Amino acid sequence: MNALHGLAWLLACQTAGELLSRGLGLPVPGPVVGMGLLVLALRWPAVRASVGDTARFLLSHLSLLFVPVGVGVMVHIGLLQTHGWRVMLVLVVSTWIGLTVTALVLRWTWRRAIAPASDHTPDKAHG
Amino acid sequence: MADFVQLWVYLASTPLFGLTATVVVYALAQGLYQRTRQAPWANPVLWSVLVIASGLWLSGTPYPTYFSGAQFIHFLLGPAVVALGWPLWERRHELRAHAGPLLLAAAAGGLASAGSAWAMGVWLDLPSGVLWALVPKSVTAPVAMGLAERLGGEPALAAVFAVVTGLIGAMSARSLFGLLGVPTDARGWRTRGFALGTAAHGLGAARALQVQPDAGAYAGLALGLQVVISALTLPWLVQWLR
Repeated sequence: MNALHGLAWLLACQTAGELLSRGLGLPVPGPVVGMGLLVLALRWPAVRASVGDTARFLLSHLSLLFVPVGVGVMVHIGLLQTHGWRVMLVLVVSTWIGLTVTALVLRWTWRRAIAPASDHTPDKAHG
Repeated sequence: MADFVQLWVYLASTPLFGLTATVVVYALAQGLYQRTRQAPWANPVLWSVLVIASGLWLSGTPYPTYFSGAQFIHFLLGPAVVALGWPLWERRHELRAHAGPLLLAAAAGGLASAGSAWAMGVWLDLPSGVLWALVPKSVTAPVAMGLAERLGGEPALAAVFAVVTGLIGAMSARSLFGLLGVPTDARGWRTRGFALGTAAHGLGAARALQVQPDAGAYAGLALGLQVVISALTLPWLVQWLR
């Protein structure tokens, strides 16, 4: 029953996010607005009690959800052929640059911050 | 034999086929991934996609036929992105404490991805439809498509670039972080996850979630921040670049 309530809350947040995104012409897509709304809704114990299991289940299989889109990309892989190696080079190198810069900036700012590493605050609801 | 062909034609034309193929092939790929102790090359999304796409190609099944079943899986992406709010809520106190460094890293990483893609595209003399589809590639696919369109790039190409970027990030991050000397302690996992979400959006977050829960939570946050930062700054930056 909890799983059903959890799914209902997730869908409700997504729908509200979709309405806000489209209604206000936000540049952020509905599900991402819904993520923000869920964080707000989780203050309410009734939501907290039911969302946890469903969220963990969906997130543990997040990779699966990308398979249909991935197959679509393979079908359109011909689009890449015209500029083949140049596009692949840009994609690979710029992804590495993005990963490197993010990691280095975080390391640098965290080293400067006084905040200790023992900052993990597990909730009772976890696990 | 004729019966078999008829049966196949029936199966291939119902949504059940696409749905079953997606779940079964992914379950097998996931088994291989676990057996190799989550080796990056064994990425289950990559192998599922390759096997299913080959199957469609060999059997001459059009993508829309496959998608009529696979859409039920695809649909769950929306609720799953909403669900990323759960690990964020669990860590709300530490995230609030680190808001400054995280925002700075998200902005720097996003700018570095988009900027380096743009600079290399110009250097390699790519046509503008391709170039402007490359710039938003580190943002989750639906947003990348919309952004590319506003910048003057091909939306379909932008989706392809975003997904390929996600796979590249998911498959190469472990080696890259090793080279950079990012540790695997509490702070190291948060750094790894956050970088994956910033540079490789949903596919990066999916990989991070499989490897370590804190990494996954930080990847989810980074993915969301990247959407907001890119949507607000990229159109403005690009106008200034032209």
